[in-house]
Amino acid sequence: MLRLVPRSSPARALTLAAPFVALGLTVLFGAILFVALGHPPGQALALFFVEPLRGADAWSELAVKATPLALVALGLAICFRANVWNIGAEGQFIVGALGATAVAMRAHEGTHAALILPAIALAGIAAGAAWAAVVAFLRDRWNANEILVSLMLVYVADMLLGYLTYGPWKDPDGYNFPQTITFLPVTQVPLLTEGHRAHVGLFVALAVALAAWLFLFRTYGWFQLAVGGQAPRAARYAGFSPRRSLWTALLCSGGLAGLAGALEVTGPLGQLTPHLPVGYGFTGIIVAFVGRLHPFGILLSSILMSMLYIGGELAQSRLGLPQALSGVFQGLLLFTLLACDALASYRVMRVKPQSRGEKTAEKTVVAA
Amino acid sequence: MLAASVNAGTVLALAGLGLLVNERAGVLNLGAEGMMLIGALAGYATALHLPGGWMLVAYLAAAGAGAAMAALFGWLAIGIGTNQYATGLALSLFGVGFSAFAGASFVDKQLPQRGRDGLPWLRDLPVIGPALFGYHPLVYTTVLLAAGLAWFLFRSRAGLLLRAVGESPESAHALGHRVRAIRMAAVLFGGAMCGLAGAYVSLAYTHLWVENLIAGRGWIALALTTFATWRPARLLLGAYLFGGLTMLQFHLQERGVQIESHLLGMIPYLATVVVLVLISRRASWIRHNMPASLGRLFRPNI
Repeated sequence: MLRLVPRSSPARALTLAAPFVALGLTVLFGAILFVALGHPPGQALALFFVEPLRGADAWSELAVKATPLALVALGLAICFRANVWNIGAEGQFIVGALGATAVAMRAHEGTHAALILPAIALAGIAAGAAWAAVVAFLRDRWNANEILVSLMLVYVADMLLGYLTYGPWKDPDGYNFPQTITFLPVTQVPLLTEGHRAHVGLFVALAVALAAWLFLFRTYGWFQLAVGGQAPRAARYAGFSPRRSLWTALLCSGGLAGLAGALEVTGPLGQLTPHLPVGYGFTGIIVAFVGRLHPFGILLSSILMSMLYIGGELAQSRLGLPQALSGVFQGLLLFTLLACDALASYRVMRVKPQSRGEKTAEKTVVAA
Repeated sequence: MLAASVNAGTVLALAGLGLLVNERAGVLNLGAEGMMLIGALAGYATALHLPGGWMLVAYLAAAGAGAAMAALFGWLAIGIGTNQYATGLALSLFGVGFSAFAGASFVDKQLPQRGRDGLPWLRDLPVIGPALFGYHPLVYTTVLLAAGLAWFLFRSRAGLLLRAVGESPESAHALGHRVRAIRMAAVLFGGAMCGLAGAYVSLAYTHLWVENLIAGRGWIALALTTFATWRPARLLLGAYLFGGLTMLQFHLQERGVQIESHLLGMIPYLATVVVLVLISRRASWIRHNMPASLGRLFRPNI
């Protein structure tokens, strides 16, 4: 009989291999799902894992979606490492886009791009950070659970977006569609190459990843942050402030989610509509975990998750399958990853089946 | 208004009662939203394929679907010991995606018309008729269930054991009780209740299926358990109160109050935050009432 026996510490090789094993399992489950739906699995899986990599257009789209995912996930990684469970990045993303829109709508003919673009980015960061600050404040001051508060604020942010696009910010010449005016070209985030949607946000994400890596692994401040979050009492003895961990983690992740929202609305979209949120904030959670909460791992996993997004779109347009398929894959990936991670701390051992008498004896020993 | 609050509150109460049992056993399942969505879809799909009188089967299917998702969660979080927060989140994310995907073909399908709810004759009484006797059977079941759970948790031996597992799994284990099996049973019950709550939304409340039908009710139910300091009677009361708040927006609109519908729509979510703050303010009180091992992994043999 085979049994799982706990190891004293997780096997290092298995921990590193876990994301790949998880990806393999997800593909396997995906293939089973496609067969069950009556689609040839090879062709359908190619839409998710091959098509998004074919040609310059595909790479550009990959970058367009990976950029916000990476930014959101980098912030969340800081949060999760500090044991702060911010799961409201979606709300912070939306509010960041609202902040950016407020600035972008003020642009006029004479505005300089060199002035307006930083202003837009800063407005997005500030708005996202402010939204997260509400969570930090309520947790800090009154001990309100950050998971629930941050999540409730997602719904509030979504309503706020609806209110603004259907109400005060609606384009007067927009045939009554719920959308703002199309922003002036000067507010457009510079594109990497003409004719493709990928924009300089990609470099922003890379820079943020590098900065996060320096912060996480090369500074003492990070150590304080981790101890403050994971062992508040130990932190107090050492003279670190757990409160500062909380605030730093939430402001960083809120600001980065806000920046992602700002880049999205002034980049590929060019105007604000109620369809802005497509779940980058929630998918960012998965990206962060799949990337092992490591900045460079997150860059890789954001590309992977971007493939799943594009695959979902392709499955919709070519096979007539619902786009929600990408959500199924993302959920599966997180599940299998968690399972692989946990199994890395066990070893499989051959155990002789026990007789009933032996078991009872064992129990008596434990009870004694 | 009262009747509408009770109807809206029943959804939260059903899910909340299940989660309360979960948490009393020391397990925090953040997958409530996902389990409710999958339950709602399973119930709806079953009801579409059955003749009108078979609604009970649809509800059972929903409870089964919820429990199946909870079993997956339990295997991961209790069996092999993954992080409860992360696993619950995964379940919610998966539930949102999977229900949207599997439910895409049900979006424009209508359920056959149902008869009027409530007890014949009694529901036609003036004033008290609609207030007391005009509800869906599940509304009454929920009240009975809350009473039953209160008895179970605080008056029965099995309930004492469940609470012991939540307070101190090590002691319960040392006494020879099977901590993980008890936790698993609690999680399965929680999942079944969330599935039932989801089906109540799709079958009795909205009569339709749309993507993301639950719209955060699972999370509100999770907040309610804290609000109720893990007691069934308080949970029921809290659920009706929240149901009332959800209904307030429609009530205000009917009265012709000039507030944009999106702003009114924020009410239940903002109310959850406000209530959470009010409750959490007294940290010592929460700590006193909270199951001591909530969210912590228990591994025997280490």
